[in-house]
Amino acid sequence: MNAPQPKATAQPYAYPDANGHFGPYGGVFVAETLIPALEALTEAYEAAKDDPAFRAEFEADLKQYVGRPTPIYHAKRWSEALGGAQIYLKREDLNHTGAHKINNCIGQALLARRMGKPRVIAETGAGQHGVATATVAARFGLKCVVYMGAEDVQRQAANVYRMKLLGAEVVPVHSGSKTLKDALNEALRDWVTHVADTFYIIGTVAGPHPYPMMVRDFQAVIGRECLKQMPALVGRQPDYVIACVGGGSNAMGIFYPYLPYESVRLIGVEAAGEGIATGRHAASLTAGRPGVLHGNRTYLLQNEDGQIIETHSISAGLDYPGVGPEHAWLKEIGRAEYVAVTDDEALAAFHDLCRYEGIIPALESSHALAYAAKIAPRLAKDRILLVNLSGRGDKDMHTVAQRAGITL
Amino acid sequence: MSAPSNRIDSRFARLASERRKALIPFVTAGFPAPEVTVPLMHAMVAAGADLIELGVPFSDPMADGPTIQRASERALANGQTLAKTLAMVEAFRAQDRETPVVLMGYLNPIEAMGWGRFVCEAARVGVDGVLTVDLPPQEAHEPARLLHAAGIAPIFLLAPTSPETRARVVAKLGRGYVYYVSLTGVTGAGHLDVAAVAERLAALRQWVALPIVVGFGVKDAQSAQAIAKVADGVVVGSRLIEAIDADPANAVTAATQLLTPLRAAVDAVAATA
Repeated sequence: MNAPQPKATAQPYAYPDANGHFGPYGGVFVAETLIPALEALTEAYEAAKDDPAFRAEFEADLKQYVGRPTPIYHAKRWSEALGGAQIYLKREDLNHTGAHKINNCIGQALLARRMGKPRVIAETGAGQHGVATATVAARFGLKCVVYMGAEDVQRQAANVYRMKLLGAEVVPVHSGSKTLKDALNEALRDWVTHVADTFYIIGTVAGPHPYPMMVRDFQAVIGRECLKQMPALVGRQPDYVIACVGGGSNAMGIFYPYLPYESVRLIGVEAAGEGIATGRHAASLTAGRPGVLHGNRTYLLQNEDGQIIETHSISAGLDYPGVGPEHAWLKEIGRAEYVAVTDDEALAAFHDLCRYEGIIPALESSHALAYAAKIAPRLAKDRILLVNLSGRGDKDMHTVAQRAGITL
Repeated sequence: MSAPSNRIDSRFARLASERRKALIPFVTAGFPAPEVTVPLMHAMVAAGADLIELGVPFSDPMADGPTIQRASERALANGQTLAKTLAMVEAFRAQDRETPVVLMGYLNPIEAMGWGRFVCEAARVGVDGVLTVDLPPQEAHEPARLLHAAGIAPIFLLAPTSPETRARVVAKLGRGYVYYVSLTGVTGAGHLDVAAVAERLAALRQWVALPIVVGFGVKDAQSAQAIAKVADGVVVGSRLIEAIDADPANAVTAATQLLTPLRAAVDAVAATA
C-alpha cells in the first residue's frame, strides 16, 4: 500500500451537455416521430438515476443475479511469457450470460418496467447483447424481440438458440450488409412503429441521447469496481487501462470512472480486420471521419459520398461502422488513445490466453488482449496493464475452429 | 423573419387561390436507373404533380420502410450520389422552371459534401427545399440559417406524437411546408386513420402557419382524397416506388398511370368543397 497513488484531479468532466452533446459529437439525430419517446426516456432516466430505490434495485440485481463484483485476476504466466508489464484482467466474462452486456440490460429493463413498457426490443451483433436482453426480459417478465443481421444469425447460431430458449423472438434482418448496423436500423423502425408500448434496449454507448450517457452510466460499475479492487490487489491504480471498442460500451464502462485519474492511460482497441490498408476492417476512430448515423454524430466508416461502408472483423461484436460519440470526444480531447489490431493478432492473443491462463476469451476482448501483448514486452516488469476481459469465448468456438480449418 | 419567396411558396399560393390541394410524388433519384429519373420527373409533372420530392439515396435509411430502402439500395448500386442527384435537378430545370423540387434524404451525405458547398450547389441547380429526415430542428440551426440565406426552404417533419413545443420550433425554423407523418411508423407501413389526422392537423394549425402536407400511408385514390380533404397536400412515395418497381422498364408509364387518378381524386375535393 506504499506505492505512489495517482490522484484524481479536480478538473471536472461533465459530458454530455443537456442536449446530449460530447463536444461536437453525440446529439439527437432521429426522425421527429422518435423525439417524444427520447424526451420521455431522458426524463425517466434522470428521475430514476437519482432515486435511491432504483439504484438499490439495480445494485441488488447486479450482485444477486449477475454475480458482481467480478474479480480482477493477475494473468501471471502470460505476463511472464511476454516478459514485461504485469497484465491484470477485469473478469467481465464471469458475469451471468458471459459478458459485460448484462449490466446495461438490467438497468434498462428496470427502467422499462418503471416506465410501464411491457415489450422490449434490441439489436444484436455477436448475439451477446441479444442474449443479455432476452435474459433480463425473462427475468422481468417482458415480451422481447431481438433484431439480428442475417449474416450474424449464421455466424452465431448458438446464441440465436439461446435467445429462443429464453423466450425471445429473433428476427433476422436481410437488408443492407445483414450485420449489426442493419439490425439497428430495423430495431429503430420497430420502435418508431410501436413506440407506445415498447422500450428499446440499445446495447452500446451509441444511438441518440440519452443512450450513450445512460449505457455508460450503467456500465460504469466496471470501472468503479476496478478503482477499489486495484489498490486492494496491488496497492495502486494501473498504468494502463485497455479495452476493445466496437460501439464501445465495455470500454466506456471501465474508462469513465478512470477519466479523472490522469496518470492512467486509457487505450481503446478497434478491429483492424485484415489490416487497415486493405479497407477490410471496422476501425472507425482509427480510419474513419465524423458523420451522422443511428442518431448521433461520431466517427464513421463511410465513402466520399457519405454512404456507410461495409465493415469487417473476425468478431461480430466489433463489426460496426460507427463508435460511441463519447469515444470520439475522448479521442479529440486526448484523454483516451485509440489503436487497432488485426484479426490475426486478436486470434494469437485468444490462443495465448487459453493456453497460459485457462481462460477462453471472446474474440472482441481478444483485441484488447492483443494490444496488451503488444506493449507489455516493451514495458518494465512493475508496470501494470488492466485489460477489460469483456466476455467469454464460448460463443466463438465455431469461428475459431473454422479459421483453423476444423468443422465442429 | 420572412423567407425569401421561392417556387414552393408561389406554388402553394397559387393552389390556395385555386382552392386546390397539392399532389406531391416522391421518387428516389437513380431508381430504377439513373437515366430514368429526369424523364420520370417531367412525366410526373405532366400527370399532375405540383411539387416533386426527390429522394437522395442513403445506405442506412432508418426512417424508411422496405420499399424505399430497396429503391435506395438499387440507386446506390447504380452509382447514385448526392452530386449526381444535384445534376439531375439541374437537368430537370433546363426544361422546367416552375415545378418546385425538394430533396429528401438523410444527413450524412450532405455532411460529407459539407453544408456550405451543398447549399451553394443546391441553390445554383434550382433546388427549392431540403427535408433531412434525421435532422430535427434542435440540431438544425446552422443548416437552417444557410438554407434561409440561399432562399431554400428547410422542411421539417411533425408526427402524431409531436407536442405543441415541437410544432412551435418547426414553425420558427421551417419554410415552404411542414411534412406531417401520418403514422407512427416507417414509410410504406400500415393504414391511415383520417379522422385522427384531421384532428391533429387542426391542432397543429394553431401554431404553424405553413401549408401542411401529409405523407406515410397514402396508397390509392381513396386515401389520397381523404387526406386532401384535411391537408394542404398529399405525398405519395412508397406506393409510387412499388408501381415503378413492378414495371421498371416502363417506369414513366407506371408512374403516369398511378398519378393520373390520384390527381383526379385530389381535385375532386376542391370541386366538392
